[in-house]
Amino acid sequence: MKHILLISLFLPFAAVAEEGVYSLVIKDHRFQPAEITIPAGMKVKLLVENQDSTAEEFESHSLNREKIIAGKSKTTIFIGPLTPGRYTFEGEFNAKTAQGAIIAQ
Amino acid sequence: MLASAIIIFREVLEAALIIGILAAATSTISGSRRWLAAGVLVGLIGSAMVAASTDAIGELADGIGQELFNAIVLGIAVLMLAWHNIWMSSHGKALAASASAMGKDIREGRSECSALFLIVSLAVLREGSESVLFLYGIAASGGGGQSGMLLGGLIGALAGVAVGYGIYAGLVRLPVRWFFSATSALVLLLAASMASQAAHFLIQADLLPSLATPLWDSSAILPEHSALGMVLHTLIGYDSHPAGMQLVFYIAVLIVIGIGMYLAGAKRSSNYNA
Repeated sequence: MKHILLISLFLPFAAVAEEGVYSLVIKDHRFQPAEITIPAGMKVKLLVENQDSTAEEFESHSLNREKIIAGKSKTTIFIGPLTPGRYTFEGEFNAKTAQGAIIAQ
Repeated sequence: MLASAIIIFREVLEAALIIGILAAATSTISGSRRWLAAGVLVGLIGSAMVAASTDAIGELADGIGQELFNAIVLGIAVLMLAWHNIWMSSHGKALAASASAMGKDIREGRSECSALFLIVSLAVLREGSESVLFLYGIAASGGGGQSGMLLGGLIGALAGVAVGYGIYAGLVRLPVRWFFSATSALVLLLAASMASQAAHFLIQADLLPSLATPLWDSSAILPEHSALGMVLHTLIGYDSHPAGMQLVFYIAVLIVIGIGMYLAGAKRSSNYNA
């Protein structure tokens, strides 16, 4: 209950936030593009499309994000606002090939 | 093989630590084992169902269904852990101290057992569904090395269960005077850690502001993917890049459950003195 109250309290802030939209494709267990440059200090919306038939987990400790993306599906991941720098992410289920980075500047 | 062992180990470890601590914390309640086993079983079935509907869940609420699902599951677990700890601080010591108290408390022990059942099944469901998706991906993909990957997964799962059993075995060997403080402190930290994870998912879904991202960066000192980082992530909610809002949730849950435990404990002692 407390959580719901907290959420409703902060909803207006979430609604007015400015957002840029970036797309990211997962294909053959690789991210395309492997690097995305975004403006620092801004919240952005990442549209991720998994074109592989198996699920992938988008994971990044530095971005503090983790999300499963089912095979052949699309999803949204909000990131930031970030301080300038390089933030790596990986597809945990295929970490050998699925590597990428967000560059905030 | 090593990669899949590590992934499955991480998923199993979280659930195994939660189960290990709760198995110890409820070891004085009769019938708790059966409820725990039922929780694991229902959780496993549920994780296969969740894995199969990942796509559908993900598409709910404009693509943030998965975050909402995780936050709700974690929220329920926090409530159940809170209930467990508050219940234990008013009944736990009496249960262990005198067998005569048992008869009176058995009926209430049953509701305690359903809380245990719910916490265990939700923990297995959450961590299990990710393992199912990962293993399914291996099985479905062509090419060689599948048996090695699956073997790695099995080794990872066994290692996770071993750590969970280790914490259980350690806790039940504690002397009675430390046992209740130790288990209730661990359950309290588990609850706070889950609340912080729930906040993390709500921030990811853009339903909560992060307040500060990150509040600190301790990845150079203790990376989250290290063995110690993984264990501390589950036990005390360690995060190498936490958002400020996660800390707000963490502390709020610590305080609210702490007060509940204090009041329940105080009520119990005044009843005994009267």
